[in-house]
Order: sequence, then structure tokens, then C-alpha cells
Amino acid sequence: MAYAAGVDVGSTQTKAVLVDEKGTIVGRALLPTGANVVQAAEHAYREALTAGDIYEEDIGFVVGTGYGRYRVEFGDTQITEIVCHARGAAHMFPATETVLDMGGQDTKAIRIRPGGDVVDFSMNDKCAAGTGRFLQSAAAALELDLAELGPTALRGVRPVTISTTCTVFAESEVLSWLARGKKIEDILLGVHRSIASRSITLLRRVGIEGQITFTGGVTKNDAMVQVLNDMLGTTLNVSEDSHYMGALGAALFALERIHKGRTSGAGKGVAAS
Amino acid sequence: MKYTVGIDVGSTYTKAALLTEDGELAATGIRPTGFRLEEAAREAMDSALSAAGAQLDDVTYLASTGYGRNQVSFRDLQVTDLTAQAWGTRYFFPHTLTVLDVGGQTMKALRLDDHGKVRSFRLNDKCAAGTGAFLEKTARYLGYSIQEIGPLVEYARDPVPISGVCAVFAESEVINHVSNGAQPADIMHGAMESLIERSVRLMKRVQMEPEFTLVGGIMRFPTMVRVMREHLGDEVNVPDESLVQFTGALGAAVLARKRREMVAA
Repeated sequence: MAYAAGVDVGSTQTKAVLVDEKGTIVGRALLPTGANVVQAAEHAYREALTAGDIYEEDIGFVVGTGYGRYRVEFGDTQITEIVCHARGAAHMFPATETVLDMGGQDTKAIRIRPGGDVVDFSMNDKCAAGTGRFLQSAAAALELDLAELGPTALRGVRPVTISTTCTVFAESEVLSWLARGKKIEDILLGVHRSIASRSITLLRRVGIEGQITFTGGVTKNDAMVQVLNDMLGTTLNVSEDSHYMGALGAALFALERIHKGRTSGAGKGVAAS
Repeated sequence: MKYTVGIDVGSTYTKAALLTEDGELAATGIRPTGFRLEEAAREAMDSALSAAGAQLDDVTYLASTGYGRNQVSFRDLQVTDLTAQAWGTRYFFPHTLTVLDVGGQTMKALRLDDHGKVRSFRLNDKCAAGTGAFLEKTARYLGYSIQEIGPLVEYARDPVPISGVCAVFAESEVINHVSNGAQPADIMHGAMESLIERSVRLMKRVQMEPEFTLVGGIMRFPTMVRVMREHLGDEVNVPDESLVQFTGALGAAVLARKRREMVAA
């Protein structure tokens, strides 16, 4: 039995996914990327192997993706995260024609053909506004855990209007709303709406078609999913594994390589632990 | 002794300046702005008053400026930061034609005419890249506080480029440079250079002409001023280190004094 691996080294988190010959996820792992990118990639890969109870020798091909993809030293090749997210989304939700990927520092809108080929994409390459980082700033200002943001925002009724676009300035705007006596849930709902509206601008740039699949770390935030659904007037495709979509796409590309018979020496470069 | 007062309620700090009836700068005071703007304004003024050995009763006229100027309920007059900066910088350097003000959350370039009136201006207040916050963030990613930036960059030998498009993205750049063995001083110097490039671009957009006067807290760093001079030439003025943050408050005090004279006449 041969398996394929995808390792997605994001700005904030590193994800590893293993798939079997049918493309079904059999192991996954997620770690903070931190300062040592090489090590994060290796650890995530190892943890996914352990989680799936799979021997490294049985991995036929490894694809690295994400901003740190060239730091996946044991990777056999690298593919950009845009192509990987598209591939993962098309695999999990075959009717996908639009992908919204919201990560720690970047948000991407991707238009794809059924099957996963990328037609067009747009991303925030000059500014961290409208990314998961904006949520992090708000959480820091309110001294909340990232996981508490969504549930708190969902209690909001009268969202404030967040005028700041800059993620760095978001913290002071959140605090100033608090000082003016606004409720935390209304401030947070405003924060979610502000991020959602920026990502919708990106989506419109590539054109919204077919089903929209939501990928990336922010998919874990129920409030963001609901706010996007409300503002877009549709229901986004989200799964438990939306977070792993880039790594899944990478693993599916790796699987393709195995099927083409271009296998690598299994597990080269990774020291046994 | 009677005084006129200018209070500049900025995004990060609130500054106050006291002028004597003869128009001499008597004292200054500064407080973090926080979220109680009026309180910060009062405290900054009290600090300046006590430095001058004066009482509230000695204040004849008070002008507020800065983003929180409307929150100062005890003002007699309010003026925009642009007008206040024009008057404040020309108080020290009467031949100023271009002003660059780098604050905690804003960057402003002003072009003045020969009489000191604001002819045009450009503003960056929507993005932390190009403001003091950019340097502060970069320093924080490196594990340094904002007070340590000045001494740190003096040790730069081989500056590394920092793109400077976004204060958040700078973090990954910093981490990459650190993991490639770059020195903190060189990274910080690179961040400073990128900020300077942004500020020169902003100044070009107001058709800058010498003399140039640079103000704002980060102009206290000698490296900052030296690199600015490399870009702008020798006709660069910087107020004394202890007053470089106070030109807005000073300009407001000057305008308060003029208004006071008009009212009295």
C-alpha cells in the first residue's frame, strides 16, 4: 500500500495530510509554524504519520506547499498553495467553482473549473487587512482566546462599524469602542463583518460562480462562516477538514505523481525519531 | 505671568506647550493618550503648568489640535494638525517649506508657501506601514522595546532590506532574516530605511522644496535623521530632541496667542 503526503507550511500554522490510494485522508497534523520553519514541517509530517499509524517507508511522494514550501526539506516537489487549495476544494466539494481561503496572514479568492484547475485568483499581497490576523489583533485587545471569538461574536446583535483597515490599528479601534461602552459581542460582530466584507471584495474581483468552498484556518470560526453566509446570501461549503485543504491538495498532487510512477526514495531527508 | 496653551491630542501621545505673553516657549508636558482623551489633555497641560510653576488661572487662551482636539471641552479654539504643525515648525525654522511629521499612527507631508500657509498635504493614516507603529512592531518581533530602537540601529553594519508594505507582513520577513543569521541592528536599520523611502515618496507627492523640517517622536533617533539627510540633502532641520514631538502643541499655542491678541485688541 502506497500513501502520499502533503505538507502546507503557512505563515501561522503548518499542516500535514496523508492520503491513501483513493485520496482519502488517513492522517493529519497541525502545528504552529513558529520561527523554525524547517522543523515545523518535519514535526507536522511526523505527527501525521503517527496519527495515521503509517510507516514513513510507505510514503511514495511528498509535496510541499504554502509560503514555506521550499523549507520542506524532505519534499519531492513544491506546488503553490493556490493550486493546492483549488485541488483540495474540488476533491472535497466537486461542484466548487470559487474558493475563499482565509489564513493567518493572507486571504485568497480563487476561481476554478470543476476538477480544480485555477482560472483566476486575487489576494491581499500588500496588506494584512481582512485576514485571520485581524481577528488575532481583536482577540489580543480584548484578552480573549482565539477560540472564544466566534461564539462571542455570534451573540452580537448591533454590530459596530469598524473603520480601521490596518490590522495594527485594529487593536486601538477595538479598545476605543470598548471605552465608549459598546458590548464585546457587538464589537466582535463588527470585526467579523469588516473582515468578511474585505474578502467579499476579493471574491468579486475573481467573480463568484458555482459553489463557494471556504478553506483555511478561519473556517474553524463559526461566526465568520455565518457572517459570510449572511452577506453572500448563500451557504459556503465547509468541512471539518477545511483547515487542511491546502495540505490535502498537495497530498492529492503527490498521489498523482505516484500513479504516474514517479516515486521518490521514501522519506528521504527525515531523520528517524 | 500669563500663558497661552496648545494641546496636541495625538493617536499615541498627548502633548501640551506653554507660551509666555512674549511668545517664548515656557514649558511642555506629555502623557500617553489612552482612551480618555480629555483626561490626557488635562494631565499633559497640568504637567506643563507645574513645570513652569504656573496655575490654571494663569492660562489666558487655549487651543487644541490633533485627532482628539474636539474632545478637549475646556479649549477656546481648535485648529487642525496641519495648521498647527505649520506654525510650530516655522516657530523654530522660519524658512521651512516642507514638513514631514511621523507619528505613532500617522505620517503627514505638508507643503507650505512662503508665508507658512499650508499649500498642499498628503496623509497616511490608514496603514501602519510608514508610521511609528511599523518600527515599534518590527522592534517587538525582534524582542526589543521602542526605547531601544535608537541605540540598537547605531550598531547596524550591513542593513538588510525590509519591504515595508505592511507592518504585519514584516514579521515573517524579520523571522526569515533572523533564521538566516541577520543581526537585529541590521534588520532594524532595514525597517527604518523602508520607512524613510515611504516618507520621501509622500513628500514628493506634495512637491517638496527645501528647507525640510522633520518632526515626530522617531526623529529623536540620530540614525533616522542621518539617513533622511542622505535622501534629502543638507537643508534638513530637526528640532531639539526634547521638542521634536511638541511642534503641533507649540503651533496651537502660537495660534492661541495670536487669537488672544486679536480678542484683546
